Amino acid sequence: MEVRDNTHSGHAVAHDVHDHGHDDHHHDHHQTFITKYIFSTDHKMISKQFLVTAIIMAFLAMGMSMIFRLQLAWPDETFPFLESMIGKWGKDGKLDSGFYLALVTIHGTIMVFMVLTGGLSGTFSNLLIPLQVGARDMASGLLNMLSFWFFAASSLVMFGSLFIEAGPASGGWTVYPPLSALPQAIPGSGLGMTLWLVSMVLFIVSALLGGINYVATVINLRTKGMSMTRLPLTVWAFLITAILGILSFPVLVAAALLLVFDRSMGTSFYLSDIFIGGVPLDHTGGSPILYQHLFWFLGHPEVYIVLLPALGLASEVISTMARKPIFGYKAMIGSMLVIAFLSFIVWGHHMFVTGMNPFLGSVFVFTTLLVAIPSAVKVFNYIATLWKANIVLSPAMLFAIGLVSFFITGGLTGIILGDSALDINLHDTYFVVAHFHIVMGSSAIFGMFAGVYHWFPRMYGRMMNKSLGYLHFWITIICVYGVFFPMHFIGLAGVPRRYYANTAYEGFDQLININELISVFAIIAGVAQVIFAFNFFYSIYRGRKAPQNPWNSNTLEWTAPVEHVHGNWPGPIPEVHRWPYDYSKPNAKEDFIPQTVPYSQTPESNRPGDF
Amino acid sequence: MMITLLLGTLVVIRLMSVSQMASVLSGEDEDVAQKRDNSMNSIGLMLFMVVGLALMIYMTIKYQPFLLPVAASVHGAETDFLLNINFAVIGVVFFITQIMLFWFVYKYQHDKNRRALFYPDNHKLELIWTVVPTIVLSALIVTGLREWNKMTQGHPDDGMVVQVYGYQFNWITRYSGPDNKLGRSYYKLISDTNPLGIDYSDPASKDDIMTKGNEMHLPKGVPIQFIFNSRDVIHSAYFPHFRTQMNCVPGMDTRFYMEATITTNEMKGITKNEKFDYVLLCNKICGVAHYNMKMTVVVDEPAEFSNWLKGEKKVIDAAPTAELEQNNTTASTVNTEVAL
Ligand code: HEM
Ligand SMILES: [Cu+2]
Ligand SMILES: [Cu+2]
Repeated sequence: MEVRDNTHSGHAVAHDVHDHGHDDHHHDHHQTFITKYIFSTDHKMISKQFLVTAIIMAFLAMGMSMIFRLQLAWPDETFPFLESMIGKWGKDGKLDSGFYLALVTIHGTIMVFMVLTGGLSGTFSNLLIPLQVGARDMASGLLNMLSFWFFAASSLVMFGSLFIEAGPASGGWTVYPPLSALPQAIPGSGLGMTLWLVSMVLFIVSALLGGINYVATVINLRTKGMSMTRLPLTVWAFLITAILGILSFPVLVAAALLLVFDRSMGTSFYLSDIFIGGVPLDHTGGSPILYQHLFWFLGHPEVYIVLLPALGLASEVISTMARKPIFGYKAMIGSMLVIAFLSFIVWGHHMFVTGMNPFLGSVFVFTTLLVAIPSAVKVFNYIATLWKANIVLSPAMLFAIGLVSFFITGGLTGIILGDSALDINLHDTYFVVAHFHIVMGSSAIFGMFAGVYHWFPRMYGRMMNKSLGYLHFWITIICVYGVFFPMHFIGLAGVPRRYYANTAYEGFDQLININELISVFAIIAGVAQVIFAFNFFYSIYRGRKAPQNPWNSNTLEWTAPVEHVHGNWPGPIPEVHRWPYDYSKPNAKEDFIPQTVPYSQTPESNRPGDF
Repeated sequence: MMITLLLGTLVVIRLMSVSQMASVLSGEDEDVAQKRDNSMNSIGLMLFMVVGLALMIYMTIKYQPFLLPVAASVHGAETDFLLNINFAVIGVVFFITQIMLFWFVYKYQHDKNRRALFYPDNHKLELIWTVVPTIVLSALIVTGLREWNKMTQGHPDDGMVVQVYGYQFNWITRYSGPDNKLGRSYYKLISDTNPLGIDYSDPASKDDIMTKGNEMHLPKGVPIQFIFNSRDVIHSAYFPHFRTQMNCVPGMDTRFYMEATITTNEMKGITKNEKFDYVLLCNKICGVAHYNMKMTVVVDEPAEFSNWLKGEKKVIDAAPTAELEQNNTTASTVNTEVAL
């Protein structure tokens, strides 16, 4: 198993995974600013690049949500600052109804793809896969670097699309044709939509380059003794996520490509029998529903691409901070595999009211509700891990607990939506908005926060401020529940999503109070993120120097030096002798035994099944 | 936004001093949670859980009148019953799991002198909590699918055929008349005077009635077979009170069978709201005025309904003679069956 390791200084270092005596990494090579911070091929630097880009994009998307929440809560007010901020779209302090849709669209796209897919997987797969499996770097540093730069380009194009004359794409983050195919139907479907498609294709290239690299690294570059059943659950989660991405993202490319053809070459994949702008179009024979099948064939796996890394991070944080082995390690892996498999055969639950054959609908009901079983197993395992634990409540642990709470709340409403007979009345209402913001948005963001607080010492060699972390957690969890829980009520009352104002029907008038409440929470939540940003950037420069293993954790990354070195470990790569969850083992000297400690050194705590 | 920024800066300045204070006050590894942090935060979590669950119950009760408006269709009453069963089941699971989650965190706070229980797995437990959810979910699947089959398997010739036609940004309804058949239509025939593109050469179109004005009438107690179409982009015909929704897709027919059970007048009494009206909303993003794409729906007693319908003009009576005479040979039905 010879692996070529092309490092940025140009020399190729071959190292054999099974031969750890041999390490010829030179640490004397000099790096320029450009090779170190910009075109870096070091996974630790790339991870930080992903994280910082994602944080910037997240603030942008959050800002958008604050603007549209103002509109939803106070539809009759004017906000003069809007005009100075967004110009013609906020004329006289009134948000333009077309631009409202653009904001919702770009908010959703950035959050789902740039923040929770690129940001979450990109940051933590990059940081943790090599460090936790015991590799010098990713299988290919070059592809890894390209993965980041495609991601950056994609983010830039998406950002740039905000500034064009006709406005950015505005057909919703799912961009269903014909709306997204016809500029006559909505202004955002002109150049804005073209840029959206360009950005997404760049994004998919990034996701694929990253994904194959993650898989290759986990499969090939594990250190001696790191069998698959000794991998931390984080790495399992990243591996499965990467596989999901590799299998599903290409389908989105296909969907996007056919849309491009329909938009610019007069084909009729998605279009048929359309009369718009006073004239009939020539397109005939296509089906808009085909697009939805292709989109959701990616779209549903995508929600797990977002969620699984967060669950992986939470597993690791919970076990470490509870000072207790994760309950049911194998069941956790098994349920992730089952979820991953099932996630490919449930996409139709997004399409129950498209006129789908009712029998086909029944099949999707069945597969959809099956997903709830492995999800439930995961929740029970988390709770069992906490039972009789010895819990240290670091900010990361609080966020991980928040994640489990959201996963329960949002997963349960999925059971209702997965029931086609009930979904008819709830589809595209705020009930769905509540469901996926809680189960996907909030869970995954909380997983990301848990990851940042927990591994910040490993990323930057410094600690984040604990008190600010607590403050951030408390404001955020209260506000997130405050924003999304009441949306269930609005949805049950029958309010459709993506409405610029709920003025069409008098029956909705009584709900304005709830909308105001939601918006107040949303604005506070947004402001609270400034605390996080401050803590993050301040700690990079001024945080307390991190100790070697601040959380007394078992995994390999905490054996690498605090000051990053190229190749991760200055000497030989450590060897692994046990699984990562030997916390609070009876009779052991301390309440944790790192993976690098051989059983021969711990006769007092060894158990019959250990070898 | 100004206020937000201002608040933001204030908060940050305030917090900088908090963090500095914290560093002064405490000792060495102060960015790792201490005993005090554990107890404060776990008390916080308990409070959060108790207050949160209480508020949830309170809000559910308080907003009861607006949640799920009274169902006014046959299947709607049944799905509401099903929905409530589902809510009961997930409610129980929700309470049990959330309480355990927060309670354990509170109960098992860190203590230097204690070790956690080394308890990596228990196959029996895991089997139990795989099998029990499976059984519960199977029950939900079976009841859900039974209802789904019932509501989707209308016979194609059943019920009064009514077309609901969406376009940016309004709705048109067409009644099929005594023959209970809609005349063919084709999108290239659409004009100002023939907004549905009806092919007048089709005899089935002779008795079709298209309603003017922004109002749609339905008879109470008569099964209705809706046929949905769209002229431009996807719309979704959503009748919240009837628990009915179906996408309107250009180039394709979609259908839904339902029966209204409560007239508008009766509903005014039930809701104690003189101004009550049923509504048809567009529930698929379709353009800038999506939020305004609605139609008032009136449910009448069957006799009232017939009277109202008699007062409406037939499509051919409203059509200009030029169009009537144009015997269009290109016209064809657009009857795409949905493939499996
Ligand atoms: C217990 C498991 C779950 C079930 C049974 C379930 C079921 C559903 C169903 C049926 C819908 C479609 C609702 C509609 O549009 O009418 C839906 C929407 C959605 N779900 Fe889930 N879900 C589950 C878990 C998740 C998870 C774990 C995530 C993300 C990590 C997620 C993310 C989403 C998203 C993003 C949407 C809406 C997308 C959109 O329309 O914009 N769901 N879910
Ligand atoms: Cu899905
Ligand atoms: Cu619409």
